[in-house]
Amino acid sequence: MRKLLFQSLFRQPLTEQAPRPDDAALAELAAMVGRTARRRLGRSLSIREVDAGSCNGCELEIHALSNPYYDVERFGIRFVASPRHADVLLVTGPVTKNMREALERTYRATPDPKWVVAAGDCARDGGCFAGSYAVVGGVSAVIPVDLHIPGCPPSPIAILRGLVSLLEAVDSGVAAR
Amino acid sequence: MPRLIDLIRAGHRIERHHPWPRAVVDGDTWRTTAHAFADGGLSLLGLWGEPSRVHMAVLDERTSDIGVISLDCPDRQFPSVAAHHPPALRLERTLHDLFGLQAMGIPDSRPWLDHGRWQTRFPLGERLDASVDAAPYQFLSAEGDSLHQIAVGPVHAGIIEPGHFRFTASGETVVRLEQRLGYTHKGVEGLMAGSTIEQAARLAGRVSGDSTVAYGLAFAQAVEAAQRIAVPPRALLLRALMAELERLANHLGDIGAICNDASFALMQAHCAVLRESVLRAADAAFGHRLMRDLVVPGGVARDIAGDGADAIRAALDQIRRHFPALVELYDNTASLQDRTVSTGIVAPTLARQFAAGGYVGRASGRDHDARRKPGYLPYDGLRFEVPVLSDGDVNARVWIRIREVEQSLALAYQILIGLEAGPVQVPLHNAAEPCEGMALVEGFRGDILAWLRLNGDRIERCHLRDPSWFQWPLLEAAIEGNIVADFPLCNKSFNCSYSGQDL
Ligand code: SF4
Repeated sequence: MRKLLFQSLFRQPLTEQAPRPDDAALAELAAMVGRTARRRLGRSLSIREVDAGSCNGCELEIHALSNPYYDVERFGIRFVASPRHADVLLVTGPVTKNMREALERTYRATPDPKWVVAAGDCARDGGCFAGSYAVVGGVSAVIPVDLHIPGCPPSPIAILRGLVSLLEAVDSGVAAR
Repeated sequence: MPRLIDLIRAGHRIERHHPWPRAVVDGDTWRTTAHAFADGGLSLLGLWGEPSRVHMAVLDERTSDIGVISLDCPDRQFPSVAAHHPPALRLERTLHDLFGLQAMGIPDSRPWLDHGRWQTRFPLGERLDASVDAAPYQFLSAEGDSLHQIAVGPVHAGIIEPGHFRFTASGETVVRLEQRLGYTHKGVEGLMAGSTIEQAARLAGRVSGDSTVAYGLAFAQAVEAAQRIAVPPRALLLRALMAELERLANHLGDIGAICNDASFALMQAHCAVLRESVLRAADAAFGHRLMRDLVVPGGVARDIAGDGADAIRAALDQIRRHFPALVELYDNTASLQDRTVSTGIVAPTLARQFAAGGYVGRASGRDHDARRKPGYLPYDGLRFEVPVLSDGDVNARVWIRIREVEQSLALAYQILIGLEAGPVQVPLHNAAEPCEGMALVEGFRGDILAWLRLNGDRIERCHLRDPSWFQWPLLEAAIEGNIVADFPLCNKSFNCSYSGQDL
């Protein structure tokens, strides 16, 4: 039984049916992120995710990037545990007042050069939580943001597209912070 | 021992509160109720406030009656329930943070959601301006030889929500865990007050993203109860279909993630594939992977797509084909069982005391599922079982999820077969007089309570109580005496919501 499961996982993953077009597009996108990162950074891209007050919907889709359908790690996109190892901070949620300091500190702990990606409608301007006594607003109200990925939550493919456009901008010489 | 119905009779009954009764009582009846929680005859389902009033939702364990007991407190003081019944403690600390309502005799009066950073105090009560004063929070002390503290969070190593855990350990063994939450507090109930029903429905669907269907449903049912609206049968079935897909996706994700934290990544990979197939089917059928903003007061926002039923059936078939092998793998992997069996035990008495819902309660002998008790449509016409175990360990919480995956699969198939043509939404009324409604809905994590008062097409006050309120404290109890290294595993087996309880 166990052998069978290992085989099904590692030999012919998931593809009883032919890969769907969106899967192919996805692999291409992820590969592009990996290549551009390598060209620009000379290595894989390290991302530190920070939930600055989200409803956790955005986290679910960021998680999905690591499932075997997307498996972004094989393309050189890694989610790292410490901001000290990160190139990119991927920030979700409206920034709550109770999370503001933690976000600032995480930003400061991230070495230069670094980029900040704000994922989700809340991260842009607070979304439907804007105006609350407990919410600062979007991520850019607290730290500088390089790219915003819309969606509530953005789908895994939208997140990958966002990373590609970030890296392309970086590649064409937009300075990192 | 008083029955709920007697307590309600002792008070002044409020008209226009549906579907269960609400009564305004005096201080003595309020205190009697608090004592009855301690005796175990009644369970606390929720405790919330208004600027000079407190409410508690009560379940009578013997008769299964539900009701709301309210106490007017013009001087902003009320007798503490937590003084007799610990599950009320964090809720009473929150009542003070948000409304400035003081529970007299509360055993712990530290703030809970208020971290001193809002520039205001009592934001939902009589507001006071406040300077930002992040005075250090006083953690409980634990003293003894060779004890050390480990502080974790609010930003964690993984992709998870923020919260702070303070461990006191003796060597490797956890002597005490103290949680500090509130980091994701967004002031949802403040935003809802005065908003339209539509805006509030969107907010309700964003309280806890993994339970967006269940929250949407709880909110919608409360509005429909207040306005006494009957939802068309097709809409009821589509709602239940979405709710079971949400349960499937979350349970599959959890089973994989728990095994991953027990260092068995293979299971995670397989479960994640099945989870993804559910999300894709949901996207094909309803146009959104998490099915957000689809359950709305009056029905559902859109009908299932033409080929949606086929997409869902294909995902269900895939799970039905592959899941049994994964269950067998879980059952037969000694290294996994070694980690999950007898780890993080929640005693049945504690689960009962806290009226813990979902897999946390049902893994510790508490036979409660809101789809059955109080029950709501369309579940009375569907066949399903509610699995209950009594070991209360990580393993039992995994098995409850496994059994519930099987049940949700069966339910989803039944619903697809039963879907008949018809309307999927009815219009809301614009009632002239204020009315109140309430609902208890079974999300994947447990029962979500929604209570609201409508005034025309506006929300006057809405309260949403996440199941995590009564589960987080049990995690503190469950980890005691376990090794620090088992915390991630225990934590994952609870998978409590931060955003849902921080609100
Ligand atoms: S963008 Fe949507 S999913 Fe993301 S945190 Fe905001 S409400 Fe949640």
